[in-house]
Amino acid sequence: MMKRKILTVLVAATLFSGAGIAAAQTAAAGKASDDVVKIGVLSDMSGVYADYGGPGAVTAAKMAIEDFGGKMFGKAIEIVSADHQNKADVAKNVTQQWFDRDKVDATFENLNSAVALAVQGLGKEKNKITVITGAASSRITNEDCSPNTGIHYLMDTIALGNVVGKAIVKDGGDSWFFLTADYAFGHSLEKDTGEVVKAAGGKVLGAVRHPLSTSDFSSFLLQAQASKAKIVGLANAGGDTVNSIKAASEFGLTKNQNLAALLMLITDVHAVGLNTAQGLYLTEGWYWDMNPETRAWAKRYEERMKKKPNSNHAAVYSSVLHYLNAVKAAGTDDTAAVLKKMKETPINDMFAKGGKIREDGRMVHDMYLFQVKKPAESKAPWDYYTLKGTVKGEDAFLPLAQSRCPALKK
Amino acid sequence: MTEIFGVPTQALMGQLMIGLVNGSFYAMLSLGLAVIFGMLNVVNFAHGAFYMMGAFFSWMLLNYFGVNYWWSLLLAPVGVALVGIVIEKTMLRWLYQLDHLYGLLLTFGIALIIEGIFRDQYGVSGQPYDLPEIFKGAFDLGFMMLPKYRAWVVVACLSVCLATWFVIERTRLGSYLRAGTENPKLAQAFGINVPLMVTLTYAFGVGLAGLAGVLAAPVYQVSPLMGSNIIIVVFAVVVIGGMGSILGAILTGLALGLIEGLTKVFYPEASATVVFVIMAIVLLIRPAGLFGREK
Repeated sequence: MMKRKILTVLVAATLFSGAGIAAAQTAAAGKASDDVVKIGVLSDMSGVYADYGGPGAVTAAKMAIEDFGGKMFGKAIEIVSADHQNKADVAKNVTQQWFDRDKVDATFENLNSAVALAVQGLGKEKNKITVITGAASSRITNEDCSPNTGIHYLMDTIALGNVVGKAIVKDGGDSWFFLTADYAFGHSLEKDTGEVVKAAGGKVLGAVRHPLSTSDFSSFLLQAQASKAKIVGLANAGGDTVNSIKAASEFGLTKNQNLAALLMLITDVHAVGLNTAQGLYLTEGWYWDMNPETRAWAKRYEERMKKKPNSNHAAVYSSVLHYLNAVKAAGTDDTAAVLKKMKETPINDMFAKGGKIREDGRMVHDMYLFQVKKPAESKAPWDYYTLKGTVKGEDAFLPLAQSRCPALKK
Repeated sequence: MTEIFGVPTQALMGQLMIGLVNGSFYAMLSLGLAVIFGMLNVVNFAHGAFYMMGAFFSWMLLNYFGVNYWWSLLLAPVGVALVGIVIEKTMLRWLYQLDHLYGLLLTFGIALIIEGIFRDQYGVSGQPYDLPEIFKGAFDLGFMMLPKYRAWVVVACLSVCLATWFVIERTRLGSYLRAGTENPKLAQAFGINVPLMVTLTYAFGVGLAGLAGVLAAPVYQVSPLMGSNIIIVVFAVVVIGGMGSILGAILTGLALGLIEGLTKVFYPEASATVVFVIMAIVLLIRPAGLFGREK
């Protein structure tokens, strides 16, 4: 009897960790004619990154379709979306179905680096455009690049490290210790930032790797504290970053050391609260309160989602709109023709000014260094950032000449 | 400075202290599970959801009604317990005669529903809950800075655990409870209201989870996912300690917190796995758990 009970618990525990069956909310397959332009938005709809992309990304894509006019060549533009649950295999299955059966022409968002690499690989194989916004691994346009189908739109680990790393070392923060999420993205972020720090004359004193979705960071922070590094770089994302910051402030780490969040969006700052997050440096590609254009767009988004958008949502909007404009200009949804147009045309919208998609698929645009405001400085909800510096796209991203993309090697 | 396997003793002491803090969380959560399992024979998979609910209730009390932390400590667990009573009265009680699997599936479903509702309402990033003013700052222990709040958590958890153990094992009420579990018919013949006992036990068990949630609110992010992050470890604790064993749950909770803390020093990458390795070994050697009795 006892053994039976224990067995049941074990089975259930396994069940729990894999909870939620693939809930692809694929709309009924449209007419199978190729003259319908159909896009897919793949994201984490309910897991740790759901506020980072998720339903907000779908809303942003829908806004782009509406602003475009809703129709292409006289037919309504269709959109499908699905939850990849942060699993590369689920992402691959859904995307394959989209490409093969549902005649989806291009997919967007694709956050989570493991997902992004899987989806981009599939796009390469099927010759379909895949636009990645939320994922940040630099491999997307380097080792695993796909210049004929893949676009990396928002930021990557090299740019994040470049902006924060250089700025902080210049500011005197020349010794670093990393708190790293133990998977591809974290390692890549730690390595890229570490190189920037060293190149700028700083030192990397060490790193500690924590499992993804750790709930308690206190012991890792004690190790960071013991390192006596001036800067503790958080090479993690989402809930892990939030919990690291909370624990750091609780354990008094922020008294003698400074935190640098390498990937943190405004939705995370909102979740931590200004009391805890104040003074933190972070990099984003966009902020809602930069100019009248961004504010107007954010207001429309907020009416639908009841919260402000982050840079990822803005990037999804911009990339979908850019894609639709390119299809229109090319007069076809043929992959090669559309991609050529997308690369030829500079991007000038509320997300980026003079943005350009490079040969390797990297969209190059300005990046911004922000500091989180003190509670007293914040005048309204979501009034969180002070702009500390703008880094030109060509200085933030890896120059094309140094690209490790094999397909570009002549 | 002296070192043990290349790790300064000072750092080691700090990690052990933190292990104790986490261990007391584990102890309190697994205690609730053990009580429910011991008395009701229900594997309560909704425990993590109740823990999350406790944290959210205290956040709501603060943000919607301006109720402070101390009142939350009392009100939020009561709120959670009330939800527990409704669930026990309307759903769970029909399943006692059936195999454990049914109770497990029901509570698992309830957990997913509760989590889904909160996720829909509040998103996944969670909400901040500030530390109460009195707990800001830290004690300097020489080898580490111990935040005052963490110290309070250890004290609170251990006192609640001991009180629960005392009530169940040493008082008249506890003896009724144990009699009701051992032989419900006979106990009823002696005039004990067994169904009421059962309902109250369930309410108390989930109330403990709610209380742990309130204690966790200021240190962790109040997020719909916080329950499912911790529940698997807590189940492992209960299995290692011996299902239904109250003392086992408390001691194992503390011990595993310490072991996990040590792993974070020597091989941090394994800190999420070590608990399950121990569980596998314990099950191989003592299938009923360290403190469990073979039936």
